[in-house]
Amino acid sequence: MNHKMFERNVVILAIAILITVSIGGLVQLVPLYTMEVTIEKVDGMRPYSPLELAGRNIYVREGCYLCHSQQIRPFRDEVERYGHYSLAAESMYDHPFQWGSKRTGPDLARVGGKYSNEWHVQHLMAPRGLVPESVMPGYPFLAKKELQAADIAQHMETLRTVGVPYTDDQIANARADLAAQARGTTGDVEGLQGRYAKAVLGDFDGNPARVTEMDAVVAYLQMLGTLVDFTTFKPEYGRR
Amino acid sequence: MADRETDVLTGTETTGHEWDGIKELNTPLPKWWLYTFYATIVWAFGYFVLYPAWPSFSSFTTGMLGYSSRAEIAETMDQVAAGRAAWAEKFATTPVEEIVADRELLDFAMAGGKTIFADNCQPCHGAAGSGALSYPVLADDDWLWGGGIEAIYATVQHGIRSSSEETRVSEMPRFGADETLTPKEIASVADYVLSLSGTAKATEEGAMLFADNCAACHAEDGKGMAELGAPNLTDGIWLYGAGKAAIVAQVTAPRHGVMPAWSGRLNDVSIKQVSIYVHSLGGGQ
Repeated sequence: MNHKMFERNVVILAIAILITVSIGGLVQLVPLYTMEVTIEKVDGMRPYSPLELAGRNIYVREGCYLCHSQQIRPFRDEVERYGHYSLAAESMYDHPFQWGSKRTGPDLARVGGKYSNEWHVQHLMAPRGLVPESVMPGYPFLAKKELQAADIAQHMETLRTVGVPYTDDQIANARADLAAQARGTTGDVEGLQGRYAKAVLGDFDGNPARVTEMDAVVAYLQMLGTLVDFTTFKPEYGRR
Repeated sequence: MADRETDVLTGTETTGHEWDGIKELNTPLPKWWLYTFYATIVWAFGYFVLYPAWPSFSSFTTGMLGYSSRAEIAETMDQVAAGRAAWAEKFATTPVEEIVADRELLDFAMAGGKTIFADNCQPCHGAAGSGALSYPVLADDDWLWGGGIEAIYATVQHGIRSSSEETRVSEMPRFGADETLTPKEIASVADYVLSLSGTAKATEEGAMLFADNCAACHAEDGKGMAELGAPNLTDGIWLYGAGKAAIVAQVTAPRHGVMPAWSGRLNDVSIKQVSIYVHSLGGGQ
């Protein structure tokens, strides 16, 4: 091919660059505009409750994803160990998603409900107290730190701008819902459960007097993978 | 600038560019590399046509092979289920008590139960049911809710203080926190409880308090009641720690452990397998 044409004429060069970059851009962008049809329709998915969202932020802050994926792949060994393979719909409200294939610890996509709250607290405080062969670091400071979540409504608004369907009602009640879920017995619990189906109620960290980061992390862990109603889910084999 | 100029030393064409007398060689790409590169392009087109590749506005291209990883795993799991069908059917229809009596079924239960236990139960109950502080040992003959195979099966299915409707529930009153007993009374009842396993001297007061407040669940002799989940207090096995301080703490504001219900998370065959495995760990009654 005659390169001279591109190298000698800046207009032709610019057009050629534009075409090349456009192809690369389209390959990345077009799928994003078809998410409506490529994410399967399921019953039960909802955005994170304020407490779960706060817990998720701590999960990301502490880098849990470096060792734990949240993606059960459609292979026999994974399905038999962890449960139903993960669906695209299950991470559609995740920003950023927590997929991965590098696991030092087990996959956590369906850890919700698998252990008791007490177990999670003890395990986060001192993993080797319960699982002698574990290499996970301890996170005892989570139980000491008061949860800083005054800006939780703003977090939810931010997520709304990138497509998470938080309602005005949910954002207006964010702080009250967070407190109600973490205490479990006081506050507008019915309102919370109306806004967030299947929300697991605290007290998670065994200390009802305070809402700690431990409360938030355990609330998040206890809901992972529990939302989708698999009794009504029909796998569409056309999807990958 | 001459277009086709050949370098004398290497015999390779130059690009014709020259900087301060230095000319740039235009060495061609190795042939093997070039053809591999072309082959990958052809491969990509083939892949594009054969496999799911590109979204459209209402769906996406499914590819000529009709491949789907979801169909593949469904098929794999169907095969797995078919391979286990003969066993699974027997397990589904046979009560756990009879499974234990059948040598062949028992072997199948033990093999599967061991793996299921390691995956799901070991984080709390320890390897081979060795237990941990606040998680019962499953290898001894001290059972909170009964150590018969049926009782274990029911516990695994529905859990303890779980979200299941049929969960086992017991709740010891908060004698100290709710001020039913004074700290002094709790101390003497703790001494009495310790005396049951011969590790402390009991007082008359302690015995009276025990009879009035504790015997209803833990039985008059302190041996507990499995129907209520009330532990045996005479055997020196302590879920929340040995010693007077631990007992005082438990009487003052009891801790209540939670075991999840496994129905729904595990299928019935797996639950039967793991129940039989637990029953075999050393303490099954």
